[in-house]
Amino acid sequence: MDSIMTDARWTLVGTIDDIPVLGSRVVRTPDGDIALFRTAADEVFALEDACPHKQGPLSQGIVHGRRVTCPLHNWVIELATGEAVAPDEGRTGHVPVRVEGRSVSIALGMARLSRGGCRKACAHV
Amino acid sequence: MDMHLSSNNGPVVELNEATLTTGAPRKERLVVVGNGMAGMKTVEELLAKAPGRYEITVFGAEPHPNYNRIMLSPVLAGEKTFEQIVLQGRDWYDANGITLLTGEPVEGIDRTAKTVISRAGRVVPYDRLLIATGSMPFIIPVPGSTLPGVIGFRDLADVDAMLAAAAKGGRAVVIGGGLLGLEAANGLRVKGMEVTVIHLMPTLMERQLDPSAGILLQRELERRGIDVLTGADTAEIIGTEHVTGVRLKDGRDLPADIVVMAVGIRPNMALGKAAGLDCGRGIRVDDRMRTSDPSIYAVGECVEHRGLTYGLVAPLFEMAKVLAGDLAGQEGGAYAGSVTSTKLKVTGVDVFSAGDFSGGEGTEDIVFRDAARGVYKRLVLKDGKLLGAVLYGDTKDGAWYFSLLKDGADVSAERDTMIFGQGFGSADAGNPNAAVAALPDSAEICGCNGVCKGTIVKAITGKGLTSLDEVKAHTKASASCGGCSGTVEALLAATLGDGFKAAPKLKPMCKCTSHTHDAVRAAIVAQGLRTMPDVFQAMEWTTPDGCASCRPALNYYLLCAWPGEYKDDYQSRYINERAHANIQKDGTYSVVPRMWGGLTSASELRAIADVVDKFNIPTVKVTGGQRIDLFGVKKADLPAVWADLNAAGMVSGHAYAKGLRTVKTCVGSEWCRFGTQDSTGLGVKLERMTWGTWTPHKVKLAVSGCPRNCAEATIKDLGVVCIDSGYELHVGGNGGLHVRACDLLVRVASEEEVLEYTGAFMQLYREEARYLERTAPWVERVGLDHIKAALVEDPERRRALNARFLFSQTFSQDDPWAERAAKGVDRHEFKLLADVE
Ligand code: SRM
Ligand SMILES: Cc1cc2nc3c(=O)[nH]c(=O)nc-3n(C[C@H](O)[C@H](O)[C@H](O)COP(=O)(O)OP(=O)(O)OC[C@H]3O[C@@H](n4cnc5c(N)ncnc54)[C@H](O)[C@@H]3O)c2cc1C
Ligand code: SF4
Ligand code: FES
Repeated sequence: MDSIMTDARWTLVGTIDDIPVLGSRVVRTPDGDIALFRTAADEVFALEDACPHKQGPLSQGIVHGRRVTCPLHNWVIELATGEAVAPDEGRTGHVPVRVEGRSVSIALGMARLSRGGCRKACAHV
Repeated sequence: MDMHLSSNNGPVVELNEATLTTGAPRKERLVVVGNGMAGMKTVEELLAKAPGRYEITVFGAEPHPNYNRIMLSPVLAGEKTFEQIVLQGRDWYDANGITLLTGEPVEGIDRTAKTVISRAGRVVPYDRLLIATGSMPFIIPVPGSTLPGVIGFRDLADVDAMLAAAAKGGRAVVIGGGLLGLEAANGLRVKGMEVTVIHLMPTLMERQLDPSAGILLQRELERRGIDVLTGADTAEIIGTEHVTGVRLKDGRDLPADIVVMAVGIRPNMALGKAAGLDCGRGIRVDDRMRTSDPSIYAVGECVEHRGLTYGLVAPLFEMAKVLAGDLAGQEGGAYAGSVTSTKLKVTGVDVFSAGDFSGGEGTEDIVFRDAARGVYKRLVLKDGKLLGAVLYGDTKDGAWYFSLLKDGADVSAERDTMIFGQGFGSADAGNPNAAVAALPDSAEICGCNGVCKGTIVKAITGKGLTSLDEVKAHTKASASCGGCSGTVEALLAATLGDGFKAAPKLKPMCKCTSHTHDAVRAAIVAQGLRTMPDVFQAMEWTTPDGCASCRPALNYYLLCAWPGEYKDDYQSRYINERAHANIQKDGTYSVVPRMWGGLTSASELRAIADVVDKFNIPTVKVTGGQRIDLFGVKKADLPAVWADLNAAGMVSGHAYAKGLRTVKTCVGSEWCRFGTQDSTGLGVKLERMTWGTWTPHKVKLAVSGCPRNCAEATIKDLGVVCIDSGYELHVGGNGGLHVRACDLLVRVASEEEVLEYTGAFMQLYREEARYLERTAPWVERVGLDHIKAALVEDPERRRALNARFLFSQTFSQDDPWAERAAKGVDRHEFKLLADVE
């Protein structure tokens, strides 16, 4: 996985305070929109803003625990992996996030966003 | 490097000259700067490992021997005296040949000469130097923060200042709802002051406690007479000669005779920094507590180790052990960082937390809530190991959980019963019935009614009881809040074995709870539950922050129960209600402005046309609800679209809301040859009265001018059909998935009566229906007679319901579009966080 990490491009996108607790904000990139989520425990996760079901914008969903419920047809997606919670099946691209102090950066080079489907090379595969 | 000594600094005294001249091998000189908990722990450990190896000099800025700083809270609360918290008295220093210089802070280090100089001008040489200067309270740099009467909470002098103020009574404001702030608040309250805690975050001690435990703690402190303001940000401290109050950013002024700042601590690294030691957030040390200078060590709160700083004693003691080993010349031994646990020292409030309880991938929460005893416990497990624990109300197993956590023990075997505490389930691990069976007869099962296990078992065997309901009837166990019903069922099972059949379960609200919608609603009102975490606790939720199914429902129930008081929880709303527009399949939104009673005008239509052109809106459609829908609006454009529509006098049509949608009308007596009454005018009045309300599901009204019923009033939630002699009111209709024609509720003579009945019907529906239950299934479930009894047969109740409806409307009839377009509410919702090229 090292080769992937080295071409990662850390991009500062804002501070954790810009994202509401149990909420989400969107970062627009040339590869597509990325949704950043903040949990009740102040963790930040980033996913491609497209549900594996029918590309619903996950940024618009309700965040609970470390999951988000898609606004279109209620699939539940794991924030840490982009994986749909059973019985639904599918996975959306996830993007590494780094929080230093209050600043939030995401690794752009890493995610080749693919509209509702994680690239095979992802660390968790 | 800097030179911190100068020859005109006063008398220069070399200590212990004698030992240098006796000819005996000179002992190494160890100088300790900071006579506090970490420094003295190190010395104590060192004396045990290598007695007499060093000639030790200790400088302390405070005029006291080392005392247990942790115990300052009990000293403030009057539970302990200073003498009781002294750790090493002066005789200990003497007995160990340590030169103690109190009230004498060190002001400089000369690393080349290897000497330190104190404020009194004393210069002392060292072979090894230990910096253990602790930390300082962080004072937020708002205007007025340096006024007399602003106190930190760090040392005995601070406590003395607080006690002096408390002796005069008056008011204290404590800024910071963390461990220190709350202990200060409690102490000052016990000493008779009026105390308000201001906390920036939504819940207290948010770094140590999850929101559920935070709310419980807040309730307990409020019960003790401490005011707690969460989400409150300090703008300035008011006063000219002395503090007189605190001003919040929201404009509120809180009077205060003293202000205690307890917002955090900063490592006290000035000395190390000035001496050119490598510093980050603290003085940087390696795993053997060595700084960047091989002769200088640092320990305690003033250090940064592997990127972390600490503010509790346990890690400092671990550091001290390693460091003492190094000083004693022992090989090996490394400090690898600490897992910490927290306890709040407020007598009678039991709070414990340890480890990482943020949850996460592959983690599993075990949540136990005992509403009657005020207990909340949460364990976070991953891969069979304990990752974190939060305990409130019953912390006796804190130490056990903490040791399991630190050891990384495999707890799979205890998994099912470990939440009950140590020793539980050891006989028959994994079987909760066995766990109950193992309880002594004197164990209280039902906290509400004080029923013990023995009483219940006796009733089961003696009276031949076989069901929960029977136990309830005979013993009153689980007859109040029902929180112990699971335990009672386990007791039945344990006592009767196969003879027990569990009662068919009512459908719970969602997977987070065993309670039904109705039970939760009833509890919200009966127990006065005012926030979501209150409900989670009282109704014993099994998840820490609910799910996408229960949160919107609870938000609605709370909003309905406490109008004007409950603060809407924005993040518990479905996106449409959060963005005040309907999300479409491609992620764009639709915008439906209100057209009162289906009426519009040239200027409204013109404004709509202009908006469509200006924002390139692709589709304009007349809806089935007699108004116009603009489809395909980009989210970022919403506030601007709304601003233009607002400018033409139009407001949100709430086409997205579980609330009042439309009031459909026909032309009525104004134009129609059959019209009996002014159906259009009445429709407008009804819409003006009911718009903006939040309801369990959407609500649609209609008014038809005659029984030909062109407004389809008899398939609406409430439909009015005008007749010659007045108005027929029909309720519980639905034109959706399952078409249902309305039931006729009543005939009335005047518009006033129509309005009163409508308000009353709306409120009955709001108060009684389950979330996401429309009026049609609700009416079928409770029966028309129930509704007639409340509205038709009981005019008193009808009026009261209508009055409650109108009261709640006073808080909900602000156009949400205008709030966002003009006042910037939730601005972040419509803006990208960033746009990366
Ligand atoms: C726009 C509109 C269709 C149209 O082009 O005419 C419409 C569109 C939608 N309807 Fe409707 N309904 C519209 C009138 C109706 C009507 C007719 C009426 O109100 O007279 C009905 C049947 C009457 C009734 O409700 O009893 C109707 C029964 C439904 C239902 C089924 C409700 C039920 O209780 O069975 C749903 C699904 C739901 O709410 O769960 C629904 C849901 C929807 C949603 C909100 C689907 C969704 O969740 O995204 C559609 C999105 C609207 C949007 O993006 O603006 N819509 N919908 C109508 C908007 C009316 C308005 O001005 O506000
Ligand atoms: C009210 C209160 C309650 C607390 N409760 C808890 C608790 O419940 N549990 C827990 O684990 N921890 C608690 N703590 C934290 C705990 O007390 C600290 O972690 C611990 O005391 C830190 O030890 P230290 O030696 O690093 O610093 P300190 O104990 O502060 O010692 C540093 C000493 O160095 C002196 N000094 C500073 N600069 C100089 C100088 N230039 N020259 C000479 N001397 C100097 C200071 O005056 C001070 O006496 C509490 C702290 C406070 C204030
Ligand atoms: S009937 Fe209503 S919900 Fe179904 S497609 Fe048409 S607008 Fe959408
Ligand atoms: S698009 Fe997300 S659930 Fe259908």
